[in-house]
Amino acid sequence: MERQITCINCPVGCRLQVTVEDGQVTKVEGQSCKRGEIYARQECIAPARMVTAAVPVADRKTPVSVKTRTPIPKEQIFPCMQQLAQLTLHAPVHMGDVVLSDVCGTGVDVIATKTVE
Amino acid sequence: MKKKIIIIGGGVVGCAIARQLSRYEADITLLEGGVDVAEGASKANSAIVHAGFDAKPGTMKAKLNVEGAKMYPELCREVGAPYGRPGAMVLAFLPEERATVETLYRQGVENGVEELRIIEREEILRLEPNTNPQVECALLVPTSGLTSPYELTYALADHAAVNGVAFVMNARVSSIRKEEGVFVLETAKGKMQADLVINCAGIGSGELHNQLSPRKVRLIPRKGEYYLLDHTLPLLFTRTMFQCPSKMGKGVLVSPTLHGNTILGPSAKDVEDAADVSTTQAALDLVNERSRMTWPSLTLRNVITTFAGIRAHEENGDFIIGAVEGCPGAYETVGVESPGLSAAPAIAKMLVSQIANENNLSEKQEWKPAPVRKKPFYAMSLEERVEAVRENADYGAIVCRCEQVTEAEIRAAIRRPVGATTIDGVKRRTRAGMGRCQGGFCSPRVLEILAEELGIDPTQVTKGGGNSRLLVGTIAQTMGKEDA
Amino acid sequence: MLTNELKKQVQYVDVLVVGAGPAGMAAAIAAREAGIENLLVLEREEHMGGILRQCIHNGFGLHRFKEELTGPEYAQRDIDEVNRLGIEVRCGTTVLSIDEDRFVTAISKQKGVQLFEAGAIVLAMGCRERPRGALATPGSRCAGVYSAGTAQKFVNLEGYMPGKRVVILGSGDIGLIMARRMTLQGAKVLACVEIMPYSGGLNRNIVQCLEDYDIPLLLSHTVVDIQGKDRLSGVTIAKVDEKRNPIPGTEQHFDCDTLLLSVGLIPENELTQQAGVEMSPTTQGAVVDDSLQTSREGIFACGNVLHVHDLVDFVSAESFRAGKAAAEFVQGKQRKGRYVALKDGNGVRGVVPQRLLIPEAEAEGVQVMFRPAAVYENATVVVSCGGRELLRQRKRIFTPGEMAELTLKPDAVAAIDGDTVTVEINP
Repeated sequence: MERQITCINCPVGCRLQVTVEDGQVTKVEGQSCKRGEIYARQECIAPARMVTAAVPVADRKTPVSVKTRTPIPKEQIFPCMQQLAQLTLHAPVHMGDVVLSDVCGTGVDVIATKTVE
Repeated sequence: MKKKIIIIGGGVVGCAIARQLSRYEADITLLEGGVDVAEGASKANSAIVHAGFDAKPGTMKAKLNVEGAKMYPELCREVGAPYGRPGAMVLAFLPEERATVETLYRQGVENGVEELRIIEREEILRLEPNTNPQVECALLVPTSGLTSPYELTYALADHAAVNGVAFVMNARVSSIRKEEGVFVLETAKGKMQADLVINCAGIGSGELHNQLSPRKVRLIPRKGEYYLLDHTLPLLFTRTMFQCPSKMGKGVLVSPTLHGNTILGPSAKDVEDAADVSTTQAALDLVNERSRMTWPSLTLRNVITTFAGIRAHEENGDFIIGAVEGCPGAYETVGVESPGLSAAPAIAKMLVSQIANENNLSEKQEWKPAPVRKKPFYAMSLEERVEAVRENADYGAIVCRCEQVTEAEIRAAIRRPVGATTIDGVKRRTRAGMGRCQGGFCSPRVLEILAEELGIDPTQVTKGGGNSRLLVGTIAQTMGKEDA
Repeated sequence: MLTNELKKQVQYVDVLVVGAGPAGMAAAIAAREAGIENLLVLEREEHMGGILRQCIHNGFGLHRFKEELTGPEYAQRDIDEVNRLGIEVRCGTTVLSIDEDRFVTAISKQKGVQLFEAGAIVLAMGCRERPRGALATPGSRCAGVYSAGTAQKFVNLEGYMPGKRVVILGSGDIGLIMARRMTLQGAKVLACVEIMPYSGGLNRNIVQCLEDYDIPLLLSHTVVDIQGKDRLSGVTIAKVDEKRNPIPGTEQHFDCDTLLLSVGLIPENELTQQAGVEMSPTTQGAVVDDSLQTSREGIFACGNVLHVHDLVDFVSAESFRAGKAAAEFVQGKQRKGRYVALKDGNGVRGVVPQRLLIPEAEAEGVQVMFRPAAVYENATVVVSCGGRELLRQRKRIFTPGEMAELTLKPDAVAAIDGDTVTVEINP
């Protein structure tokens, strides 16, 4: 199977043609550097994204912004948002605090990216 | 027993009447269909206080325009509304338009307009160097004035309110009838009764008239669309520049506003839906094209907004003001289109004097002066600013950075006798959100202050009443959180 | 003219920085590191960090910190540094005026009106979004039309959703980021509509924010009508021709309650203009020399108030240079030499700096930034002076959505003998 993807590593945005056979990437074309090939292999087999969101803090006007510590599988993005939506945090929350561990069984923690005192 | 009087409509005419009537002993209520006063034609027009050369001699329009315009300087000083008299010109571009200018001149003189003069190209270009040099001649109108129609309306409403007039918003009147000598009004706020009614319902006044009077009228909603240019552009015209009415249409004006913006417009198109104040590309293109006739180097780069207003054009073309024919106790101002803003003070004076006479209303012992409002922060000197923030720390928080509007002024606008309850209401009372960024930066903060002052949830705050809420819920609610 | 009482209140500051976003913080840090003790930063918001506070997505800091941070995390690194260096920052303080003699008035709730005389000023006020009015899109003026950044503030800083069914006009980065953000938060984003034949945003954002969520990007389309009585009920879009005029018969309707605008950013230069600084009509920022000094001595500008950047990393880098130059100005380390003009050539828009100082002493390298006027593939950027090439660089792609930069080496600067240097792209 042939797939067309755009490399997101840098602003050049190379258009990559990727050949996938039996769940294996067998050919990558169109990249102008090594990173394109790595990206293509990851993206076509197990695409992953960092998720960022905001979570309400009880009795505070401002929600706290959060992120997954590392990218999580793409299909887990919406389940992750659903889990985060059920959360209400309590002040103080500090930047780097784990607000949700092992989100959706991905093994990845969600951490605060700002401090709400 | 005091007479119970209901004024229907909170435009500039309704509020001018409310203020004038509040000099008398009576129980007065003003019903407004919208969320605020000045929501109809009074918020979207050219803001010109016409000198009065335009109306046909002998008409109600001519008489009340000239009288009204003369009342403006003092009225605006009394209630604290902006007024200026930059003058105007009516430009003729074609040799045959010279005759029109001469007709307007004669008409103006007959109507009692002072200081009119016909001037030639050289003088026009000396007075207004950005005018199209192909101009032939012009009528110079030194007494042409400007106001801010909604600020005037708010000021009139405040003055009426401190003298006991009750304002009820969101109370659109759907029907009116007379039962056993008493008027019964069906409104969006329930049934109401009154001894006397005054129909100032703008574009809606025709229908109410027809419910009361055997002699029917027909109002045609006429839409006018405008461009507004930012005031960072230096003013290229210091006067209101009209064009001669011609077979091509009425012509559009290029005019400064009192806040230093430039306004272009209006188009004129009869429409079906009187509530439709959306702008259209065709009309805006027309305004742009016609404005270039006056101002050839016009560019739309500094446009900050476009808007449209609906004028209530009566098919016979004159104001209908006075007692409703065949219905004692009912009074009306119907078909008040341009020069209605200019005429409003005179309309109020004339009609209220008639109502007082016919119903033996007695003047109050004490009529309170209009509440004094502080100078806007943007107009204060450094010393005044030092003083203002010393007295009230909220002057230290600039909420609208484009127009330099402070938190103190926004809170004050909401706390006025007839105060703002919406984002647009705050905007028109304070100018917060009227600048270059059009509320991009300040609207979240204005929304927060409104919620605080009105004691409502932020999601209940509207842009301009009705269903115009800005926020649909909290981020938790929209994700279906169980206890959100 | 000040009254005697007010004159007594004037405070002298060596370097005054206007704004504590990424640009202002970097400038202040650099000024302090260059030895300026009497240093003050004025910030109109209640917190430092500027627009980064609401940019909760990741993608910041790859150049500067070699790691991928979210906006608040990037800002916090500078905030920590400002605090560590003990730099005084007055938040909730709006600058009201700056004049050509570097006399500044500001106001806050806590301190009232404040008057300053500054040895040098660094302007770092950032930019604002182009509003709907500037487009003059016809239609209703109902609720539900927001600039993308306003929506971002509501969602990320206040926790409120401005709508549920969304069309986005313009494909600037904030619009793309908000397409994803609104989608993740349960809204349906129907389309992103761009009048140009190319996107104004970064490619990676088109992939991560639109393609990931199957949001169509409609290039060469625009919104031609906005409907709704109180709240937005729908928009009509149409295809546009090469002159960007809508093509009749290509209209499509979307039922939606929200229209987000991401149609460009404008440097916020009202104070700059008040100070009588020469402006560039192209960047809509000040005209500066290679030390980021404006046409007014001692007034410097950096970050988005100077020209709109795509990457905060470059804002910080530029602002460090401005802060250092402001410090040196106060310290009397004036540069001597002659000025030459740097001009936009073919395919280039908004070169910064617009003036270069060719020093009497040894020349230093100069960093030049600009935006390509269109999309060019496999093109060459050429810097020349009087027909003589100073630099030639080939690049696979130039697009208006991505700021291009190049460095003139010291020997290239020293080789400039004319009055005008031109930067152009040869396709």
